Amino acid sequence: MKQLLILGAGTSGTMMANHLNKVLPKDSWNISIVDQEETHYYQPGFLFLPFDLYKTKDVKKKIDKFIPKRVKLINEKIERIDKDKNEVVLKNNTILSYDILIVATGTNIAPQEIEGMLGAHWHKSVFDFYTYEGAKNLRDKLRTWKGGKLVVHISEMPIKCPVAPLEFAFLADSFFTNKGIRDQVEISFVTPMSGAFTKPKATEALNYLLEQKHIKVIPDFNIESVDGPNHKIMDYAGEEVAYDLLVTIPTNMGDPMIKRSGIGDELNYIPTDKATLQTKIKDNIFAIGDATNLPASKAGSVAHFEAEILTENIQRYIAGKELKKEFDGHANCFIETGHGKALLIDFNYTQEPVKGTFPFPGVGPLSLLKETHMNHMGKLAFKWIYWNMLIKGKHIPFVSATMQTSGKQIEETTH
Amino acid sequence: MEKTYAGQAISTNEQGYLTDLNQWNRDIGTEIAKEEDIEMTDRHWEVIEYLQDQYRKEVPLSVRKVGKSNVVSIKEFYQLFPKGPLKISSRIAGIPKPVSCI
Ligand SMILES: Cc1cc2nc3c(=O)[nH]c(=O)nc-3n(C[C@H](O)[C@H](O)[C@H](O)COP(=O)(O)OP(=O)(O)OC[C@H]3O[C@@H](n4cnc5c(N)ncnc54)[C@H](O)[C@@H]3O)c2cc1C
Repeated sequence: MKQLLILGAGTSGTMMANHLNKVLPKDSWNISIVDQEETHYYQPGFLFLPFDLYKTKDVKKKIDKFIPKRVKLINEKIERIDKDKNEVVLKNNTILSYDILIVATGTNIAPQEIEGMLGAHWHKSVFDFYTYEGAKNLRDKLRTWKGGKLVVHISEMPIKCPVAPLEFAFLADSFFTNKGIRDQVEISFVTPMSGAFTKPKATEALNYLLEQKHIKVIPDFNIESVDGPNHKIMDYAGEEVAYDLLVTIPTNMGDPMIKRSGIGDELNYIPTDKATLQTKIKDNIFAIGDATNLPASKAGSVAHFEAEILTENIQRYIAGKELKKEFDGHANCFIETGHGKALLIDFNYTQEPVKGTFPFPGVGPLSLLKETHMNHMGKLAFKWIYWNMLIKGKHIPFVSATMQTSGKQIEETTH
Repeated sequence: MEKTYAGQAISTNEQGYLTDLNQWNRDIGTEIAKEEDIEMTDRHWEVIEYLQDQYRKEVPLSVRKVGKSNVVSIKEFYQLFPKGPLKISSRIAGIPKPVSCI
Protein backbone atom coordinates (compact mmCIF):
# COMPACT_ATOMS: atom_id res chain seq x y z
CA MET A 1 0.00 0.00 0.00
CA LYS A 2 1.15 3.53 -0.78
CA GLN A 3 0.79 6.29 1.82
CA LEU A 4 -0.55 9.78 1.28
CA LEU A 5 -0.10 11.94 4.36
CA ILE A 6 -1.78 15.31 4.98
CA LEU A 7 -0.42 17.62 7.69
CA GLY A 8 -3.12 19.87 9.19
CA ALA A 9 -6.89 19.30 9.20
CA GLY A 10 -8.00 22.92 8.89
CA THR A 11 -9.73 24.33 5.82
CA SER A 12 -7.21 23.08 3.24
CA GLY A 13 -6.28 19.72 4.77
CA THR A 14 -9.92 18.76 5.32
CA MET A 15 -10.80 19.68 1.73
CA MET A 16 -7.89 17.61 0.39
CA ALA A 17 -8.89 14.59 2.52
CA ASN A 18 -12.38 14.75 1.01
CA HIS A 19 -11.20 15.24 -2.57
CA LEU A 20 -8.55 12.49 -2.43
CA ASN A 21 -10.91 10.07 -0.71
CA LYS A 22 -12.92 10.17 -3.94
CA VAL A 23 -10.11 9.86 -6.45
CA LEU A 24 -7.39 7.68 -4.93
CA PRO A 25 -8.01 3.93 -5.42
CA LYS A 26 -8.81 2.30 -2.05
CA ASP A 27 -6.89 -0.86 -2.80
CA SER A 28 -3.57 0.85 -3.39
CA TRP A 29 -3.61 4.10 -1.34
CA ASN A 30 -3.93 4.80 2.38
CA ILE A 31 -4.71 8.37 3.37
CA SER A 32 -3.86 9.81 6.81
CA ILE A 33 -4.26 13.31 8.22
CA VAL A 34 -2.69 14.79 11.37
CA ASP A 35 -3.87 17.73 13.49
CA GLN A 36 -3.14 18.82 17.06
CA GLU A 37 -6.70 20.12 17.57
CA GLU A 38 -9.95 18.28 18.20
CA THR A 39 -11.91 21.32 17.08
CA HIS A 40 -12.30 22.71 13.57
CA TYR A 41 -12.63 26.50 13.85
CA TYR A 42 -14.55 28.56 11.32
CA GLN A 43 -12.02 31.40 11.28
CA PRO A 44 -14.09 33.84 9.18
CA GLY A 45 -16.50 33.81 12.16
CA PHE A 46 -13.78 35.29 14.40
CA LEU A 47 -14.66 38.62 12.79
CA PHE A 48 -18.25 38.44 14.07
CA LEU A 49 -17.63 36.90 17.49
CA PRO A 50 -16.22 40.07 19.14
CA PHE A 51 -19.41 41.98 18.27
CA ASP A 52 -21.74 39.27 19.60
CA LEU A 53 -23.00 38.74 16.04
CA TYR A 54 -21.98 35.06 16.22
CA LYS A 55 -21.99 32.79 19.22
CA THR A 56 -19.07 30.50 20.05
CA LYS A 57 -21.03 27.50 18.74
CA ASP A 58 -21.17 29.12 15.26
CA VAL A 59 -17.40 28.90 14.88
CA LYS A 60 -16.54 25.49 16.42
CA LYS A 61 -17.27 21.95 15.34
CA LYS A 62 -15.63 18.59 16.00
CA ILE A 63 -12.75 18.10 13.60
CA ASP A 64 -13.56 14.41 12.90
CA LYS A 65 -17.05 15.25 11.62
CA PHE A 66 -15.55 16.38 8.34
CA ILE A 67 -12.97 13.65 7.76
CA PRO A 68 -14.20 10.72 5.62
CA LYS A 69 -14.20 7.28 7.32
CA ARG A 70 -11.53 5.82 5.07
CA VAL A 71 -9.06 8.57 6.05
CA LYS A 72 -7.13 7.93 9.27
CA LEU A 73 -7.23 10.98 11.55
CA ILE A 74 -4.32 11.26 13.98
CA ASN A 75 -4.76 13.74 16.83
CA GLU A 76 -1.21 14.76 17.73
CA LYS A 77 1.22 17.60 17.37
CA ILE A 78 3.64 17.39 14.44
CA GLU A 79 7.26 17.72 15.51
CA ARG A 80 8.98 17.84 12.12
CA ILE A 81 9.24 16.61 8.55
CA ASP A 82 12.30 14.60 7.59
CA LYS A 83 12.25 15.17 3.85
CA ASP A 84 15.28 13.00 3.13
CA LYS A 85 13.74 9.95 4.77
CA ASN A 86 10.17 10.71 3.55
CA GLU A 87 9.01 10.65 7.16
CA VAL A 88 7.09 12.82 9.58
CA VAL A 89 7.90 12.71 13.28
CA LEU A 90 5.08 13.41 15.76
CA LYS A 91 5.45 14.89 19.24
CA ASN A 92 4.85 11.46 20.83
CA ASN A 93 7.76 10.13 18.70
CA THR A 94 5.52 8.20 16.31
CA ILE A 95 7.06 8.08 12.84
CA LEU A 96 4.82 8.24 9.79
CA SER A 97 6.31 7.38 6.40
CA TYR A 98 4.79 8.71 3.23
CA ASP A 99 5.00 8.43 -0.53
CA ILE A 100 3.29 11.78 -1.02
CA LEU A 101 3.08 14.56 1.57
CA ILE A 102 0.67 17.51 1.55
CA VAL A 103 1.50 20.31 3.98
CA ALA A 104 -1.58 22.27 5.09
CA THR A 105 -0.52 23.62 8.48
CA GLY A 106 -1.74 27.16 7.82
CA THR A 107 -0.51 30.34 9.45
CA ASN A 108 -0.96 31.79 12.91
CA ILE A 109 -0.29 34.99 14.81
CA ALA A 110 3.17 35.54 16.28
CA PRO A 111 2.76 38.46 18.74
CA GLN A 112 6.14 37.61 20.28
CA GLU A 113 7.74 38.99 17.12
CA ILE A 114 6.86 42.57 18.09
CA GLU A 115 8.69 44.01 21.08
CA GLY A 116 6.34 44.63 23.99
CA MET A 117 3.22 43.26 22.32
CA LEU A 118 2.86 40.43 24.83
CA GLY A 119 2.73 41.26 28.52
CA ALA A 120 0.26 41.96 31.30
CA HIS A 121 -1.78 44.05 28.84
CA TRP A 122 -2.28 41.14 26.36
CA HIS A 123 -6.02 40.42 26.08
CA LYS A 124 -6.64 43.24 28.62
CA SER A 125 -6.04 46.37 26.49
CA VAL A 126 -4.19 44.80 23.54
CA PHE A 127 -6.16 42.16 21.61
CA ASP A 128 -6.01 40.03 18.52
CA PHE A 129 -9.12 38.56 16.92
CA TYR A 130 -7.32 36.05 14.65
CA THR A 131 -7.51 33.32 17.29
CA TYR A 132 -10.56 31.85 19.02
CA GLU A 133 -9.22 32.98 22.41
CA GLY A 134 -8.49 36.48 21.16
CA ALA A 135 -11.89 36.94 19.52
CA LYS A 136 -13.71 35.65 22.61
CA ASN A 137 -11.73 37.79 25.06
CA LEU A 138 -12.30 40.82 22.86
CA ARG A 139 -16.03 40.11 22.86
CA ASP A 140 -16.01 40.18 26.67
CA LYS A 141 -14.05 43.43 26.64
CA LEU A 142 -16.37 45.13 24.11
CA ARG A 143 -19.45 44.16 26.10
CA THR A 144 -18.40 46.56 28.85
CA TRP A 145 -16.06 49.03 27.11
CA LYS A 146 -17.26 52.61 27.59
CA GLY A 147 -15.38 54.16 24.68
CA GLY A 148 -12.13 55.99 23.96
CA LYS A 149 -9.46 55.57 21.31
CA LEU A 150 -9.89 52.33 19.35
CA VAL A 151 -6.87 51.57 17.20
CA VAL A 152 -7.22 48.79 14.62
CA HIS A 153 -3.72 47.87 13.56
CA ILE A 154 -1.81 45.67 11.10
CA SER A 155 1.75 44.80 12.18
CA GLU A 156 3.23 43.64 8.91
CA MET A 157 2.25 42.01 5.64
CA PRO A 158 1.44 39.36 4.58
CA ILE A 159 -1.47 38.48 6.87
CA LYS A 160 -4.24 35.98 6.28
CA CYS A 161 -7.52 37.42 5.07
CA PRO A 162 -5.97 40.85 4.44
CA VAL A 163 -9.37 42.59 4.43
CA ALA A 164 -10.42 41.32 7.89
CA PRO A 165 -8.84 44.25 9.81
CA LEU A 166 -10.72 46.76 7.68
CA GLU A 167 -13.94 44.81 8.11
CA PHE A 168 -13.31 44.90 11.83
CA ALA A 169 -13.08 48.71 11.74
CA PHE A 170 -16.31 48.93 9.70
CA LEU A 171 -18.17 46.57 12.04
CA ALA A 172 -16.88 48.51 15.04
CA ASP A 173 -18.44 51.68 13.60
CA SER A 174 -21.74 49.83 13.22
CA PHE A 175 -21.48 48.21 16.68
CA PHE A 176 -20.83 51.45 18.58
CA THR A 177 -23.51 53.27 16.58
CA ASN A 178 -26.06 50.63 17.56
CA LYS A 179 -24.92 50.86 21.17
CA GLY A 180 -25.48 54.62 21.05
CA ILE A 181 -21.87 55.43 22.00
CA ARG A 182 -20.33 56.09 18.58
CA ASP A 183 -19.56 59.70 19.61
CA GLN A 184 -17.49 58.37 22.54
CA VAL A 185 -15.27 56.26 20.27
CA GLU A 186 -12.49 57.45 18.01
CA ILE A 187 -11.63 54.77 15.41
CA SER A 188 -8.21 54.79 13.69
CA PHE A 189 -6.87 52.30 11.18
CA VAL A 190 -3.08 52.01 11.36
CA THR A 191 -1.39 50.14 8.50
CA PRO A 192 2.12 49.57 7.11
CA MET A 193 0.67 49.99 3.61
CA SER A 194 0.17 53.27 1.81
CA GLY A 195 -3.54 53.31 2.66
CA ALA A 196 -6.53 51.22 3.69
CA PHE A 197 -6.97 50.40 0.02
CA THR A 198 -3.91 50.24 -2.16
CA LYS A 199 -5.16 49.04 -5.54
CA PRO A 200 -6.27 51.90 -7.81
CA LYS A 201 -9.78 50.64 -8.70
CA ALA A 202 -10.61 49.70 -5.13
CA THR A 203 -9.35 53.02 -3.79
CA GLU A 204 -11.51 54.89 -6.27
CA ALA A 205 -14.59 52.84 -5.46
CA LEU A 206 -14.20 52.52 -1.70
CA ASN A 207 -12.41 55.46 -0.17
CA TYR A 208 -15.72 57.18 0.61
CA LEU A 209 -16.50 54.41 3.11
CA LEU A 210 -13.76 55.57 5.46
CA GLU A 211 -14.99 59.14 5.40
CA GLN A 212 -18.60 58.14 5.82
CA LYS A 213 -17.75 56.01 8.84
CA HIS A 214 -15.29 58.53 10.34
CA ILE A 215 -12.40 56.13 10.35
CA LYS A 216 -9.05 57.87 10.42
CA VAL A 217 -6.33 56.13 8.40
CA ILE A 218 -2.69 56.30 9.52
CA PRO A 219 -0.68 54.81 6.61
CA ASP A 220 2.99 53.79 6.25
CA PHE A 221 3.25 52.82 9.91
CA ASN A 222 5.74 49.98 10.45
CA ILE A 223 5.53 49.03 14.10
CA GLU A 224 8.73 48.67 16.09
CA SER A 225 7.25 48.18 19.57
CA VAL A 226 4.23 48.38 21.84
CA ASP A 227 4.40 50.40 25.06
CA GLY A 228 1.71 48.53 27.02
CA PRO A 229 1.86 50.50 30.30
CA ASN A 230 1.61 53.86 28.47
CA HIS A 231 -0.86 52.67 25.80
CA LYS A 232 1.21 53.62 22.74
CA ILE A 233 2.56 51.97 19.61
CA MET A 234 5.79 53.22 18.06
CA ASP A 235 7.09 52.84 14.51
CA TYR A 236 10.61 52.64 13.07
CA ALA A 237 10.41 56.21 11.84
CA GLY A 238 9.71 57.50 15.36
CA GLU A 239 5.96 58.06 14.94
CA GLU A 240 3.68 57.24 17.91
CA VAL A 241 -0.02 56.40 18.11
CA ALA A 242 -1.88 56.38 21.43
CA TYR A 243 -4.72 53.95 22.15
CA ASP A 244 -7.15 52.98 24.87
CA LEU A 245 -7.99 49.75 23.11
CA LEU A 246 -5.58 48.24 20.59
CA VAL A 247 -6.92 45.57 18.24
CA THR A 248 -3.86 44.38 16.39
CA ILE A 249 -3.08 41.82 13.74
CA PRO A 250 0.32 40.60 14.94
CA THR A 251 2.92 39.30 12.51
CA ASN A 252 1.55 36.17 10.84
CA MET A 253 3.85 33.15 10.56
CA GLY A 254 3.71 29.56 9.43
CA ASP A 255 3.88 26.88 12.13
CA PRO A 256 7.24 26.51 13.95
CA MET A 257 7.19 22.87 12.75
CA ILE A 258 8.18 24.22 9.31
CA LYS A 259 11.19 25.89 10.85
CA ARG A 260 12.14 22.77 12.83
CA SER A 261 12.04 20.88 9.51
CA GLY A 262 14.34 23.44 7.89
CA ILE A 263 12.10 23.95 4.88
CA GLY A 264 10.55 27.42 5.25
CA ASP A 265 11.39 31.04 4.53
CA GLU A 266 11.91 33.66 7.25
CA LEU A 267 8.17 33.66 8.03
CA ASN A 268 8.04 29.83 8.02
CA TYR A 269 6.17 29.70 4.70
CA ILE A 270 7.03 26.89 2.29
CA PRO A 271 8.49 27.84 -1.08
CA THR A 272 5.87 26.51 -3.51
CA ASP A 273 5.35 26.66 -7.27
CA LYS A 274 2.61 29.22 -7.73
CA ALA A 275 0.93 27.44 -10.66
CA THR A 276 1.24 23.72 -9.72
CA LEU A 277 1.37 23.77 -5.86
CA GLN A 278 4.32 21.40 -5.82
CA THR A 279 6.87 22.60 -3.28
CA LYS A 280 10.37 23.63 -4.23
CA ILE A 281 11.55 21.43 -1.35
CA LYS A 282 11.06 18.02 -2.94
CA ASP A 283 8.96 16.58 -5.78
CA ASN A 284 6.78 14.42 -3.52
CA ILE A 285 5.91 17.28 -1.15
CA PHE A 286 2.98 19.54 -2.04
CA ALA A 287 1.59 22.50 -0.11
CA ILE A 288 -1.74 24.27 0.00
CA GLY A 289 -3.45 27.19 1.68
CA ASP A 290 -1.92 29.59 4.17
CA ALA A 291 1.19 27.43 4.66
CA THR A 292 2.60 28.30 1.21
CA ASN A 293 4.62 31.35 0.17
CA LEU A 294 2.40 32.03 -2.87
CA PRO A 295 1.84 35.70 -3.71
CA ALA A 296 -1.93 35.10 -3.42
CA SER A 297 -4.27 36.09 -0.58
CA LYS A 298 -4.21 33.74 2.38
CA ALA A 299 -7.93 32.95 2.39
CA GLY A 300 -10.27 29.98 2.56
CA SER A 301 -11.66 30.79 -0.89
CA VAL A 302 -8.15 30.69 -2.34
CA ALA A 303 -7.52 27.34 -0.65
CA HIS A 304 -10.78 26.08 -2.15
CA PHE A 305 -9.66 26.95 -5.68
CA GLU A 306 -6.20 25.54 -5.00
CA ALA A 307 -7.70 22.25 -3.77
CA GLU A 308 -9.36 21.54 -7.12
CA ILE A 309 -6.08 22.04 -8.97
CA LEU A 310 -3.97 20.21 -6.39
CA THR A 311 -6.27 17.16 -6.54
CA GLU A 312 -5.74 17.00 -10.28
CA ASN A 313 -1.98 17.43 -9.88
CA ILE A 314 -1.65 14.69 -7.25
CA GLN A 315 -3.35 12.30 -9.69
CA ARG A 316 -1.02 13.43 -12.47
CA TYR A 317 2.01 13.05 -10.23
CA ILE A 318 0.99 9.48 -9.38
CA ALA A 319 0.46 8.71 -13.06
CA GLY A 320 3.87 10.17 -13.92
CA LYS A 321 2.30 12.91 -16.06
CA GLU A 322 3.32 16.53 -16.28
CA LEU A 323 1.66 18.74 -13.67
CA LYS A 324 -0.99 21.25 -14.67
CA LYS A 325 0.28 24.81 -14.33
CA GLU A 326 -3.16 26.14 -13.71
CA PHE A 327 -3.48 28.04 -10.45
CA ASP A 328 -3.86 31.76 -11.21
CA GLY A 329 -4.14 33.14 -7.66
CA HIS A 330 -7.93 33.33 -7.84
CA ALA A 331 -9.51 34.85 -4.71
CA ASN A 332 -13.10 35.73 -3.98
CA CYS A 333 -13.83 37.59 -0.75
CA PHE A 334 -16.80 39.25 0.88
CA ILE A 335 -15.97 42.40 2.81
CA GLU A 336 -18.37 43.37 5.57
CA THR A 337 -18.93 47.11 5.65
CA GLY A 338 -21.32 47.19 8.62
CA HIS A 339 -24.95 48.30 8.87
CA GLY A 340 -26.11 45.14 7.05
CA LYS A 341 -24.07 45.65 3.92
CA ALA A 342 -21.02 44.07 2.30
CA LEU A 343 -18.77 44.24 -0.73
CA LEU A 344 -17.54 41.39 -2.89
CA ILE A 345 -14.18 41.27 -4.64
CA ASP A 346 -12.91 38.72 -7.16
CA PHE A 347 -9.33 38.87 -8.41
CA ASN A 348 -6.16 36.89 -9.14
CA TYR A 349 -2.34 37.22 -9.33
CA THR A 350 -2.52 39.81 -12.10
CA GLN A 351 -6.06 41.18 -12.25
CA GLU A 352 -6.96 43.72 -9.56
CA PRO A 353 -10.54 43.77 -8.16
CA VAL A 354 -12.91 45.65 -10.50
CA LYS A 355 -16.65 46.38 -10.69
CA GLY A 356 -19.13 44.00 -12.27
CA THR A 357 -21.50 41.19 -11.35
CA PHE A 358 -20.91 37.72 -9.88
CA PRO A 359 -21.17 34.82 -10.58
CA PHE A 360 -23.41 35.39 -13.61
CA PRO A 361 -22.10 38.01 -16.06
CA GLY A 362 -24.49 40.97 -16.22
CA VAL A 363 -26.96 39.34 -13.80
CA GLY A 364 -25.34 38.88 -10.43
CA PRO A 365 -27.04 38.51 -8.02
CA LEU A 366 -23.88 39.72 -6.29
CA SER A 367 -22.17 43.01 -7.16
CA LEU A 368 -18.42 43.34 -7.33
CA LEU A 369 -16.73 46.23 -5.55
CA LYS A 370 -20.10 47.74 -4.60
CA GLU A 371 -21.73 47.90 -1.18
CA THR A 372 -25.06 46.01 -1.14
CA HIS A 373 -27.34 44.17 1.27
CA MET A 374 -27.29 41.16 -1.08
CA ASN A 375 -23.52 40.85 -0.64
CA HIS A 376 -24.01 40.87 3.15
CA MET A 377 -26.46 37.99 2.77
CA GLY A 378 -23.78 36.29 0.69
CA LYS A 379 -21.23 36.69 3.49
CA LEU A 380 -23.63 35.19 6.03
CA ALA A 381 -24.43 32.34 3.63
CA PHE A 382 -20.69 31.66 3.41
CA LYS A 383 -20.82 30.08 6.87
CA TRP A 384 -23.34 27.50 5.66
CA ILE A 385 -21.39 26.95 2.45
CA TYR A 386 -18.18 26.52 4.45
CA TRP A 387 -19.48 23.85 6.83
CA ASN A 388 -21.65 22.04 4.29
CA MET A 389 -19.85 22.32 0.97
CA LEU A 390 -16.46 23.97 1.03
CA ILE A 391 -14.53 21.81 3.49
CA LYS A 392 -16.33 18.70 2.29
CA GLY A 393 -14.69 19.31 -1.06
CA LYS A 394 -17.95 19.85 -2.94
CA HIS A 395 -17.76 22.03 -6.01
CA ILE A 396 -19.52 25.35 -5.47
CA PRO A 397 -21.90 25.73 -8.43
CA PHE A 398 -21.07 28.40 -11.01
CA VAL A 399 -17.79 29.37 -9.37
CA SER A 400 -14.71 28.13 -11.20
CA ALA A 401 -11.23 27.56 -9.84
CA THR A 402 -9.65 30.05 -12.21
CA MET A 403 -10.92 33.63 -12.39
CA GLN A 404 -13.48 34.52 -15.07
CA THR A 405 -13.28 37.85 -16.85
CA SER A 406 -16.83 38.01 -18.24
CA GLY A 407 -19.18 40.25 -16.25
CA LYS A 408 -16.27 42.34 -15.06
CA GLN A 409 -15.52 45.91 -16.10
CA ILE A 410 -11.95 45.34 -17.16
CA GLU A 411 -10.52 48.24 -19.14
CA GLU A 412 -6.92 47.21 -19.36
CA THR A 413 -4.94 44.35 -17.93
CA THR A 414 -2.81 45.58 -15.09
CA HIS A 415 0.53 44.11 -14.19
CA MET B 1 1.58 54.50 -19.54
CA GLU B 2 4.88 55.91 -20.69
CA LYS B 3 7.30 58.17 -18.88
CA THR B 4 10.66 59.53 -19.88
CA TYR B 5 13.57 58.76 -17.57
CA ALA B 6 17.22 59.38 -18.45
CA GLY B 7 16.16 60.23 -21.99
CA GLN B 8 14.38 56.90 -22.54
CA ALA B 9 10.68 56.14 -22.92
CA ILE B 10 9.84 53.71 -20.11
CA SER B 11 6.53 51.94 -19.56
CA THR B 12 5.07 52.32 -16.08
CA ASN B 13 1.76 51.58 -14.38
CA GLU B 14 -0.62 54.23 -13.01
CA GLN B 15 1.33 54.43 -9.77
CA GLY B 16 4.66 55.02 -11.48
CA TYR B 17 6.12 51.53 -11.08
CA LEU B 18 8.07 50.10 -14.02
CA THR B 19 6.24 47.29 -15.77
CA ASP B 20 9.37 45.73 -17.24
CA LEU B 21 12.55 45.39 -15.20
CA ASN B 22 14.53 44.84 -18.43
CA GLN B 23 14.08 48.52 -19.26
CA TRP B 24 15.74 49.53 -15.99
CA ASN B 25 19.24 50.93 -15.51
CA ARG B 26 20.93 52.89 -12.73
CA ASP B 27 20.35 56.26 -14.41
CA ILE B 28 16.64 55.57 -14.46
CA GLY B 29 16.77 54.45 -10.82
CA THR B 30 18.57 57.66 -9.89
CA GLU B 31 15.90 59.81 -11.54
CA ILE B 32 13.05 57.93 -9.87
CA ALA B 33 14.90 58.33 -6.56
CA LYS B 34 15.01 62.09 -7.12
CA GLU B 35 11.22 62.12 -7.48
CA GLU B 36 11.13 60.46 -4.06
CA ASP B 37 13.62 63.01 -2.68
CA ILE B 38 16.33 60.43 -2.26
CA GLU B 39 20.00 60.90 -3.13
CA MET B 40 21.36 57.46 -4.00
CA THR B 41 24.53 56.14 -2.27
CA ASP B 42 26.34 52.80 -2.44
CA ARG B 43 24.26 51.56 0.49
CA HIS B 44 21.07 52.39 -1.41
CA TRP B 45 22.28 50.48 -4.47
CA GLU B 46 23.18 47.42 -2.41
CA VAL B 47 19.59 47.26 -1.20
CA ILE B 48 18.23 47.85 -4.73
CA GLU B 49 20.34 45.03 -6.15
CA TYR B 50 19.17 42.68 -3.42
CA LEU B 51 15.51 43.51 -4.17
CA GLN B 52 15.96 42.95 -7.90
CA ASP B 53 17.68 39.67 -7.25
CA GLN B 54 14.82 38.47 -5.02
CA TYR B 55 12.26 39.62 -7.58
CA ARG B 56 13.98 37.64 -10.37
CA LYS B 57 13.84 34.58 -8.12
CA GLU B 58 10.08 35.21 -7.67
CA VAL B 59 10.45 35.57 -3.90
CA PRO B 60 7.66 37.74 -2.42
CA LEU B 61 9.18 40.66 -0.50
CA SER B 62 8.32 42.13 2.87
CA VAL B 63 10.00 44.67 5.16
CA ARG B 64 10.92 41.79 7.48
CA LYS B 65 12.51 39.78 4.68
CA VAL B 66 14.70 42.74 3.82
CA GLY B 67 15.49 43.24 7.53
CA LYS B 68 16.62 39.61 7.85
CA SER B 69 18.61 39.63 4.61
CA ASN B 70 21.95 40.64 6.17
CA VAL B 71 21.99 43.42 3.56
CA VAL B 72 20.36 46.06 5.75
CA SER B 73 18.55 46.23 9.13
CA ILE B 74 14.95 47.46 9.27
CA LYS B 75 16.13 50.56 11.09
CA GLU B 76 18.64 51.43 8.38
CA PHE B 77 16.17 50.50 5.63
CA TYR B 78 13.97 53.25 7.10
CA GLN B 79 16.82 55.71 7.18
CA LEU B 80 17.70 55.00 3.55
CA PHE B 81 14.13 55.12 2.23
CA PRO B 82 12.06 57.08 4.78
CA LYS B 83 8.29 56.61 5.14
CA GLY B 84 7.42 53.57 3.05
CA PRO B 85 10.80 51.86 2.63
CA LEU B 86 9.64 48.84 0.66
CA LYS B 87 7.29 50.60 -1.70
CA ILE B 88 9.77 53.42 -2.41
CA SER B 89 12.77 51.13 -2.86
CA SER B 90 10.70 48.83 -5.11
CA ARG B 91 9.82 51.76 -7.33
CA ILE B 92 13.46 52.81 -7.61
CA ALA B 93 14.44 49.19 -8.29
CA GLY B 94 12.00 48.98 -11.21
CA ILE B 95 10.09 46.07 -9.67
CA PRO B 96 6.33 45.90 -8.90
CA LYS B 97 4.82 47.44 -5.81
CA PRO B 98 4.64 44.90 -2.94
CA VAL B 99 1.40 42.89 -3.11
CA SER B 100 -1.77 43.60 -1.19
CA CYS B 101 -5.25 42.55 -2.12
CA ILE B 102 -7.31 45.72 -2.36
C1 LIG C 1 -10.54 36.72 11.36
C2 LIG C 1 -10.44 35.92 10.10
C3 LIG C 1 -11.38 36.12 9.11
C4 LIG C 1 -11.30 35.39 7.91
N1 LIG C 1 -12.25 35.60 6.96
C5 LIG C 1 -12.21 34.90 5.80
C6 LIG C 1 -13.22 35.05 4.80
O1 LIG C 1 -14.17 35.83 4.97
N2 LIG C 1 -13.12 34.33 3.66
C7 LIG C 1 -12.08 33.46 3.45
O2 LIG C 1 -12.05 32.84 2.40
N3 LIG C 1 -11.12 33.27 4.38
C8 LIG C 1 -11.16 33.97 5.54
N4 LIG C 1 -10.19 33.77 6.51
C9 LIG C 1 -9.00 32.94 6.19
C10 LIG C 1 -9.23 31.44 6.31
O3 LIG C 1 -9.78 31.11 7.54
C11 LIG C 1 -7.87 30.74 6.13
O4 LIG C 1 -7.26 31.23 4.97
C12 LIG C 1 -8.03 29.24 6.01
O5 LIG C 1 -8.52 28.70 7.19
C13 LIG C 1 -6.69 28.59 5.64
O6 LIG C 1 -6.78 27.21 5.68
P1 LIG C 1 -5.51 26.31 5.98
O7 LIG C 1 -6.02 24.92 5.95
O8 LIG C 1 -4.42 26.68 5.06
O9 LIG C 1 -5.08 26.69 7.46
P2 LIG C 1 -5.95 26.44 8.83
O10 LIG C 1 -7.41 26.35 8.50
O11 LIG C 1 -5.52 27.48 9.77
O12 LIG C 1 -5.49 24.99 9.29
C14 LIG C 1 -4.20 24.67 9.75
C15 LIG C 1 -4.33 23.44 10.65
O13 LIG C 1 -3.04 22.88 10.88
C16 LIG C 1 -2.94 22.50 12.22
N5 LIG C 1 -1.52 22.52 12.61
C17 LIG C 1 -0.62 23.50 12.39
N6 LIG C 1 0.57 23.18 12.88
C18 LIG C 1 0.45 21.96 13.44
C19 LIG C 1 1.35 21.08 14.13
N7 LIG C 1 2.63 21.41 14.36
N8 LIG C 1 0.87 19.90 14.56
C20 LIG C 1 -0.42 19.54 14.36
N9 LIG C 1 -1.31 20.32 13.72
C21 LIG C 1 -0.88 21.53 13.27
C22 LIG C 1 -3.78 23.51 12.98
O14 LIG C 1 -4.20 23.00 14.24
C23 LIG C 1 -4.93 23.77 12.01
O15 LIG C 1 -6.03 22.94 12.26
C24 LIG C 1 -10.25 34.46 7.73
C25 LIG C 1 -9.32 34.25 8.74
C26 LIG C 1 -9.40 34.97 9.92
C27 LIG C 1 -8.40 34.72 11.01
